[in-house]
Amino acid sequence: MKLNERSLAFYATCDSPADNSGFLYKRGERYTAYHRRWFVLKGNMLFYFEERESREPVGVIVLEGCNVELCESAEDFAFAIRFGGTKSRTYVLAAESQAAMESWVKSLSRASFDYMRLVVRELERQLEEMRRGLARGCGGSRESPSSWKPKPSGLARSPEQLPALPAVLPKENGCAVWDNVVGAEQRADSSGCGGHGEEGSPQPPPLPPRRRVSDGEAVAQSPSTFCRLHELYSRDVAQLRQHWLQKQRGPQP
Amino acid sequence: MRYNERELLSLARQPAEKAAEIRMSVPKKGSVLKKRLVKLVVNFLFYFRTDEAEPIGALLLEHCRITKEEENVFSISFIEEPERKYCFECASEQQCQEWVEALKRASYEFLRRSLIFYRNEIQKMTGKDPLEQYGISEETRFQLGTHQQ
Repeated sequence: MKLNERSLAFYATCDSPADNSGFLYKRGERYTAYHRRWFVLKGNMLFYFEERESREPVGVIVLEGCNVELCESAEDFAFAIRFGGTKSRTYVLAAESQAAMESWVKSLSRASFDYMRLVVRELERQLEEMRRGLARGCGGSRESPSSWKPKPSGLARSPEQLPALPAVLPKENGCAVWDNVVGAEQRADSSGCGGHGEEGSPQPPPLPPRRRVSDGEAVAQSPSTFCRLHELYSRDVAQLRQHWLQKQRGPQP
Repeated sequence: MRYNERELLSLARQPAEKAAEIRMSVPKKGSVLKKRLVKLVVNFLFYFRTDEAEPIGALLLEHCRITKEEENVFSISFIEEPERKYCFECASEQQCQEWVEALKRASYEFLRRSLIFYRNEIQKMTGKDPLEQYGISEETRFQLGTHQQ
């Protein structure tokens, strides 16, 4: 299979910043000796050079679908990049210090495109939720109950100017399995970056129940009707606000 | 350059973000457009002879330029050699546009920029770093400063 090697070499050596770089010992393919190589990690590509000054990498390891784990070896600070599937090669590498080993294991285990995509999707989802929250008019929660006014549902309003996204990430099409979530999640978890589902970001308060205009109730025909309405709404809001504030305080120790 | 071919072949067999039969030419003298199965998987574009299971080749889509050429045609070139173009002739203008859009967003670097953007936006809105809960806030690859181009 042909690869655009020239472009790969350029990518490896150009001055775009690397996600990690340093000397590592690489075990040869047939259980031979370790060779010291200069490694450069860019995105999901792990390049290795004979020397730090070499103009072209000796090789590259594409880091999709792999696990990074510590391994048994006569060599200190050894770890392995292991791929699934039969007959797949396991790359055994060794760092020159504990700190270097940990740094490499961390950066390699999160280097895949799949992982990156997972994180981006999650942030995209969070941002979308927040925008929907804004559109529902939860800005009212900041005001005191007496000054609160009933607002129409978010669909009718134009929300405040929200920042434009970059060209939105590709849509899912019929043949795409965008998420590859099962495999990706497992890999992400196994390398120790759990911590999903924490109650971290504040949720906007729920929308107060709407009064139907058709009841005639909402039509302020007289001061007394208005006062009644005002009372009703402010009680609702005060309750919701209480509830929301309690929830906010809830998860904290 | 050595590379883990077995794993790359395995990647080529995975479900694609986008796949279609498209006429394609490589930047070689005398190269003509030939019908190929073109498949986008992560940041690789694989191309196969339509009746074969193993790809003829793969293009890593980093530091590349996707250009809309004449009607139904787009090209991929790499920044260090902009004259060397891989050309793709689609069945329709719409298909062409869809591929151009998809390929422009297919790189790891694009994904990284999106992540940094979203992270920033969320931080502005909530005052909190959304990556903290994953324990990855300090990772080099997510830092704003290092990866601006």
